[in-house]
Amino acid sequence: MVRSAVLLAIILALYWIGLSGYFTTMLLTLGGISIVLVIYLCKRMQILDGETAPYIYIPQTLYYFVWLGKEIVKANIAVVKTVLKPDMVITPTLVKVPVKNKSDLGRSMFANSITLTPGTVSVDFDADEILVHALLKNMADPENFVEMAERAGASVGDKITSHKTVSNAKGQ
Amino acid sequence: MGALNMMFYVLLASETVSATGAAAGAVDVLTLIRMAVSAISILAGLVFVFSGTIGVLRLPDFYTRLHAAGMTDTLGVELILFGLIVQSGFTQMSLKLLMVSFFLFLTSPTATHAVANAAYKAGLKPKLGRYKAPTTEDLTSGGAK
Repeated sequence: MVRSAVLLAIILALYWIGLSGYFTTMLLTLGGISIVLVIYLCKRMQILDGETAPYIYIPQTLYYFVWLGKEIVKANIAVVKTVLKPDMVITPTLVKVPVKNKSDLGRSMFANSITLTPGTVSVDFDADEILVHALLKNMADPENFVEMAERAGASVGDKITSHKTVSNAKGQ
Repeated sequence: MGALNMMFYVLLASETVSATGAAAGAVDVLTLIRMAVSAISILAGLVFVFSGTIGVLRLPDFYTRLHAAGMTDTLGVELILFGLIVQSGFTQMSLKLLMVSFFLFLTSPTATHAVANAAYKAGLKPKLGRYKAPTTEDLTSGGAK
């Protein structure tokens, strides 16, 4: 808990300096007071845990964002093509995608990734599955989500051990 | 091409005047490339925002329209912000723009999910199955189905 408090303090300090850009004594003091206040509030709300400052996974997360970016570009182009076609034909589909990620962070990462990719929106969230609405039938194939679930989990240190391709997910 | 050229000159003019006040013509290649990348990126972003708008108008129901809106949220906004970052160079401004793009990356799917989930919980049923956009004949003969 102390560890995440210190991490949070460092991140907040960097954030303050990055946004303000001034180094006068008064403004730095105000920043310090704000940081102490924020950490006190977090402690009082009992949200100072491993997910308060998930910055230890920055390299993995950035790597994942690059991969996700590629997927987003591909999906965007597919949706643009569909939508701008004069004889537009769509096949809206609802599909249930199983979620094997264990941590809340990994699960929300996965659900957000689905929503972020145009053509698929996560509509409802259960304990072990996400209800996904897809614009086209071929976008709703559950196979498509397996790799994303693994990578989303791995990006925040949430390994899905049941699948054998997890170990080399980083090396690809 | 002519329009693009003109655009670069406009961008360059504003850049040189604001930055150094250097004489016209003394333009370094790096600035030219930066302005070109920025202009192309912003134009590409606008293409996606435009298609997103068309999609919202053309698609049949609430859930399918979310997909079109998602297009504007992701590539549209991010490309425009990227263009602005390239244009403002290595400054505090671009750090702030980077943060804006990062926060949009996190908040826009959350907001989309919240809206979709609210509609689903409220009992709005999505139209499923094949849907074909009405053709001009359908619309003129009165039966837009």
